[in-house]
Amino acid sequence: MSPRPQDGCALVTGAARGIGSAAARALADDGWAVAVLHRASATEAEATVTAITEAGGRAMAVTADITDPAGCDRAFTEAEERLGPVLCLVNNAGMRADGLAMSMGDDDWDAVIDTNLSAGFRLTRRALRGMVRSRFGRIVNIASVVGPRANAGQANYAASKAGLIGLTRTVAAEVARKNVTVNAVAPGFIETDMTADVPDAIKESVPARRAGTPDEVAACVRFLASDDAGYVTGTTLYVDGGLAA
Amino acid sequence: MPTSTTDTATIQKVVFDSLETFGAEPSEIKLDATFESLDIDSLDIAELAQILDDKFGVEIKSSDAEQVKTVGDVVDLVAARS
Repeated sequence: MSPRPQDGCALVTGAARGIGSAAARALADDGWAVAVLHRASATEAEATVTAITEAGGRAMAVTADITDPAGCDRAFTEAEERLGPVLCLVNNAGMRADGLAMSMGDDDWDAVIDTNLSAGFRLTRRALRGMVRSRFGRIVNIASVVGPRANAGQANYAASKAGLIGLTRTVAAEVARKNVTVNAVAPGFIETDMTADVPDAIKESVPARRAGTPDEVAACVRFLASDDAGYVTGTTLYVDGGLAA
Repeated sequence: MPTSTTDTATIQKVVFDSLETFGAEPSEIKLDATFESLDIDSLDIAELAQILDDKFGVEIKSSDAEQVKTVGDVVDLVAARS
């Protein structure tokens, strides 16, 4: 097992708020320099960066629309030039556009698949170049309990997240011997902007009888990115209060 | 301008050094050695393609990678395109 090279950085997508922001802060707390990638949340991204730097860490905000391949490449290059090679990638940015399958438009299907799955693939492909050459890498894909489980009204979201888990397993098998791990974290109901409209009755169906917090998801990301998790790859870690149990 | 001989030698050195890094037995790395005989797999060849792209600006696609069988095949391919 080789330890993490000290000159590398972590890049977290959707890191201005919620789980992404918490993951960025947790990784920084673990010694990673962090690129806080966001699309159009400059103020909140800067708040995440400030929280990290005030705690003694290194971070920078990077603006990119992850559905734009050229923009992703620029963001990667910017992070690498300022913080060093990206040796940890957290594919967190995601979106919802709910509706029943029988009435879902192609635009809502395409937007969710592109943001939640295809962008994650492109970023993974870009990140693997440096990780394989460095003989060290950690990729953590933020999936969901929805995908492995049904959730009426979220066919696009479920397909994207189940796809992300499939991507995780296969890429993990491809690059395992280069000391690059690829894992997924599958949150259940987590208190974020994205779940603000989820009715309390649904939260009560969780065995733990409460929603999770972004920090509880971030702790799992931190572990999977650590040297301690060097032999953990291709797996999905559920952070769901027992919902998928 | 470097001569084509120099070019080929430079390419060969990069390829040989890379294969050694990937774990191939140095004494067995020869132009007529097959990647299979060196225990070099498709992931190694993908990494080699990236190294050659970075150093010589030659893009080796998946379809090319399927055609190359020996160490010499890669050196020739890069030399022809660089």
